[in-house]
Amino acid sequence: MSFKKLALALTGAALLAAPAVSSAVAAENEQFIPSLVYRTGPYSPNGTPVANGFADYFNMLNARDGGINGVKLVVEECETGYNTAKGVECYERLKGKGPTGATAFNPMSTGITYALIEKATADKIPIISMGYGRTAAGDGRVFPYVFPLVTTYWDDATAIIKYIAGQEGGYDKLKGKKIALVFHNSAYGKEPIPILKKMAAKYGYKFSEFPVQHPGLEQKATWLQIGRRLKPDWVILWGWGVMNSTAIKEAAAVRFPRDRMVGVWWSGAEQDVLPAGKGATGYTASTFHGAGADYAFLKDIKKYVYDAGNGKGKKENVGQVLYNRGALNAMLEAEAIRTAQEKFGKRPLTGEEVQWGLENLNLTAERIKEIGFEGFIAPLKISCRDHVGGGKIRIQKWDGKKWVWASEWLESDRSMVRPMIEEAAAQYAKEKGITPRDCK
Amino acid sequence: MLYREAGQFKTSYAADQAIFPLAQDRIGMAIILAVAFIAIPAVANEYWLQTIMIPFLILSLAALGLNVLTGYAGQLSLGTGGFMAVGAFAAYKFATAFPEMNIIVVFLISGLISAAVGIVFGVPSLRIKGFYLAVATLAAQFFLLWLLVKYPWFYNYDPSGVISAPPIDIFGFAIDTAVSKYMLTLIIVSVLALATKNLVRSHIGRGWMAIRDMDIAAEIIGFRPLTTKLSAFAVSSFLVGVAGAMYAFLYLGSVEAAAFDITTSFNILFMVIVGGLGSVLGSFIGAAFILTLPIFLDNFPRMLGFEISVETVTHLQFMIFGALIIFFLIVEPHGLARLWTITKEKLRAWPFPY
Amino acid sequence: MAFFLEVLTGGLLTGVLYSLVALGFVLIFKASGVFNFAQGAMVLFAALFFVGFIDLGVPVVLSAILTIAVMILLAYLIERLVLSHLVNQEAISLFMATIGISYFLDGFGQTIWGSDIRRLDIGLPQDAFVFGASVLGDDIFVNELDVVAAVVAGALVAVLAVFFSKTKIGRALRAVADDHQAAMSVGIPLRSIWMIVWAVAGIVGLVAGIMWGAKLGVQFSLSLVALKALPVLILGGFTSVPGAIVGGLMIGAGEKLAEVYLGPVIGGAIEDWFAYMLAMIFLLFRPQGLFGEKIIERI
Repeated sequence: MSFKKLALALTGAALLAAPAVSSAVAAENEQFIPSLVYRTGPYSPNGTPVANGFADYFNMLNARDGGINGVKLVVEECETGYNTAKGVECYERLKGKGPTGATAFNPMSTGITYALIEKATADKIPIISMGYGRTAAGDGRVFPYVFPLVTTYWDDATAIIKYIAGQEGGYDKLKGKKIALVFHNSAYGKEPIPILKKMAAKYGYKFSEFPVQHPGLEQKATWLQIGRRLKPDWVILWGWGVMNSTAIKEAAAVRFPRDRMVGVWWSGAEQDVLPAGKGATGYTASTFHGAGADYAFLKDIKKYVYDAGNGKGKKENVGQVLYNRGALNAMLEAEAIRTAQEKFGKRPLTGEEVQWGLENLNLTAERIKEIGFEGFIAPLKISCRDHVGGGKIRIQKWDGKKWVWASEWLESDRSMVRPMIEEAAAQYAKEKGITPRDCK
Repeated sequence: MLYREAGQFKTSYAADQAIFPLAQDRIGMAIILAVAFIAIPAVANEYWLQTIMIPFLILSLAALGLNVLTGYAGQLSLGTGGFMAVGAFAAYKFATAFPEMNIIVVFLISGLISAAVGIVFGVPSLRIKGFYLAVATLAAQFFLLWLLVKYPWFYNYDPSGVISAPPIDIFGFAIDTAVSKYMLTLIIVSVLALATKNLVRSHIGRGWMAIRDMDIAAEIIGFRPLTTKLSAFAVSSFLVGVAGAMYAFLYLGSVEAAAFDITTSFNILFMVIVGGLGSVLGSFIGAAFILTLPIFLDNFPRMLGFEISVETVTHLQFMIFGALIIFFLIVEPHGLARLWTITKEKLRAWPFPY
Repeated sequence: MAFFLEVLTGGLLTGVLYSLVALGFVLIFKASGVFNFAQGAMVLFAALFFVGFIDLGVPVVLSAILTIAVMILLAYLIERLVLSHLVNQEAISLFMATIGISYFLDGFGQTIWGSDIRRLDIGLPQDAFVFGASVLGDDIFVNELDVVAAVVAGALVAVLAVFFSKTKIGRALRAVADDHQAAMSVGIPLRSIWMIVWAVAGIVGLVAGIMWGAKLGVQFSLSLVALKALPVLILGGFTSVPGAIVGGLMIGAGEKLAEVYLGPVIGGAIEDWFAYMLAMIFLLFRPQGLFGEKIIERI
């Protein structure tokens, strides 16, 4: 019996000790960068390369340039498992770390982004949700601390339709065409529906929706409907995780042409096409950055990080779509720090100062070339009002071995997207009782 | 010695039926409440309040709700997450439709709505038993979440499909800091826990236990299975619904329906089983165990100064968590609350056991 | 009509895949009354080892044999370290213990093999058959992998049926399933029987893992197929091997037809809850499932 008590007492004591989360005294000249990752759980195949790319880019800056203007970058990972509650725990644990607190948070999950928006705004720490999160946050007047950088789901929907129109030979050819959306039945998957409907009314294509319940292991019924009955001209895939490869596989099984499928950027990585095998050849997906290891900054990562034996992942995985996305995310954060340092001095910055840097981030074509990202992304300019930056979108095609470009950089239909963002932001402001700030 | 009831005479029925008949229990409870209401808000930092205390209290309430159903009335349920979601979305609808309504009233109404839904999904329990019923309650889990995602009316046509708690204030006090949220959570959870403790000692509670122990026998001695089982579903779903509303409003702030998925249901069931079926205290202990153990295991290696990759830590954490569940079940299959009961027995004689 | 048949065959074949997972649950419940929540984790665990061995360059057949050895070892350890300490405990405690096991296996398998997606390509066909063009006026597409899976599942059930009815161990298993006490009193070693059952469930898990792994790639999500097997289980009854097969067919066909014909009316993605609803409504008429043992209640 005493063993039982001992065990219980030990557990109790250990639990009580938990709060003493060590906050090692950090050196003065360090910028603390928290990284919320999901290397475990159902989405770990997607989360791992993103996290690797993110950490490797900062480590490369440290090794190559000694940080940013002499300020060393310290990345600390916290595992969320794509779980909102754990993400909040990570946020609370890491927000005060380092000499100046957290630089910015990249929640890497839509659910965590939602939960952190208010907390981070109150704590004055920016949230960067690149290619996910709350689309309405593109309105910087209502969401001063949230940055859905580069582009949004709504932009993507317009760009995909633009690509389809281009393939068909013009917007006027869309009339009477059938376009189907296969989507993850969640807040994320439903996001493009309103704008796709709006465009259906404008361009005259017939739009149909096919929700797939999480996690999407079984989609036979969906694809029989699409491939054998509806037979649409195009399918837009808005999936996540295992749902993507299953969808591609089922599409192959009903012989729906894969080159008439266009995925969102979360449906266009190696992890989505490789399990589908040969059936994935010809599948296309939209993206806002390049794939493959043929970019200058990736060569630097290999040289300074992997050759020194400090890489987070495997060297051959450098250049995967999701790896590159993680690195791009890191680059944007690094450039924001650099921008802010020009105003506030070359020292570790607080979240509030980095927010200024993000808001004044201007990635011109020259700057992109300078940091080794030429051809990787389109130029980008953030402002107080626009937290997205109007990045462009490009379609890539899986040739069976690697992703190749299938289109030029496509400009999204900002004139349609922007009013919708502002409207959604206004509704949020009303519900929350926020007075939008004035952006002159 | 420390825990001896000898000499504490009960001279009235009221004293005999008191909720804590022993002076030691009353003192212990007073100390716990004092710590919870005074000491913790005074010393705990934001990290503790936001990521441990508030979710602990809310999940305890949900576990208590499930314990009413599974522990007291013997009806195994895996639909807890669905009922939490109903509570959260109901609270959101009411709070946005009637912004001037007191938030406590909103929580209670959302609990009632969840209770009504619970009654509907409780009806099959009249025919189905045991693990068959558990799997049938999964129908509630999947159906409710599907419904809440399906109809944009539930989330006020928000394009992101998320519900965000509007600013909360009670009688002019704004509930916006960690401490005030903690205090509000604590008050609601304490009151409901006390009410539940009393309920399970009442005629209704005894009916649940009779049904649990043997439903045919209970029927023969005069408990109607219909009302008894459905009342258990109603009370359970009420508590779970209030917990769901608080989870959305006081803990996360913004949630999508997916936050209440099947994993949540399982987690709350773990709390109840590990803590102890049929024990109010067990719900709290179980919630503390299941919530804090992963956080602790996550931080522990770093506290010792080990640099292990987060991936390995999480995998190890899974293994240790699984092993500890098995360990505690082998040591005490009736839950951690039973350990406390045994300890109390020991303390009666301690330190002179002979 | 052709389309209806196509959906129906597709559904039936998918149902067989569900049955494969459900079988593992049934075996263990039948012999020990344990609702084995870890079955999904065992599917993943077995598939991870199998594909792991293959990636190390071990030939396919040898990998399968090695994985079976791992699953037998696992069964031995589970019996030794967990179940033997929990004899005569309530069903819910045993259920909870299997949850502990499932956490452990998830962590352990991924610690060893990592959490990347691993492609499982052992030459199973991926294309579709097309037939029936002249008869029904339209082609019918049938996924070849599904047909292979159905054949494998059929063979597996046949083997299990022979095993249960013709071998000594099989008879001992049925005896244990009928009455633990009586079985022990005629000299059947309960504990080794349990170990055998867990090992067989592990092997069934491996087969399910290979089939699902060929479909989805071997990754964490594989453990979620257990959720697809639960309605099959209640529909077929926890204690019946044929029930698992028939239940699987009914759930598979039912949910696909519902998704295709009911989905457009009330909104899509109803497959999941529809399977549970179907099972639940069925239970209202037969509370012990389709082939489950009649529940006899005594006071």
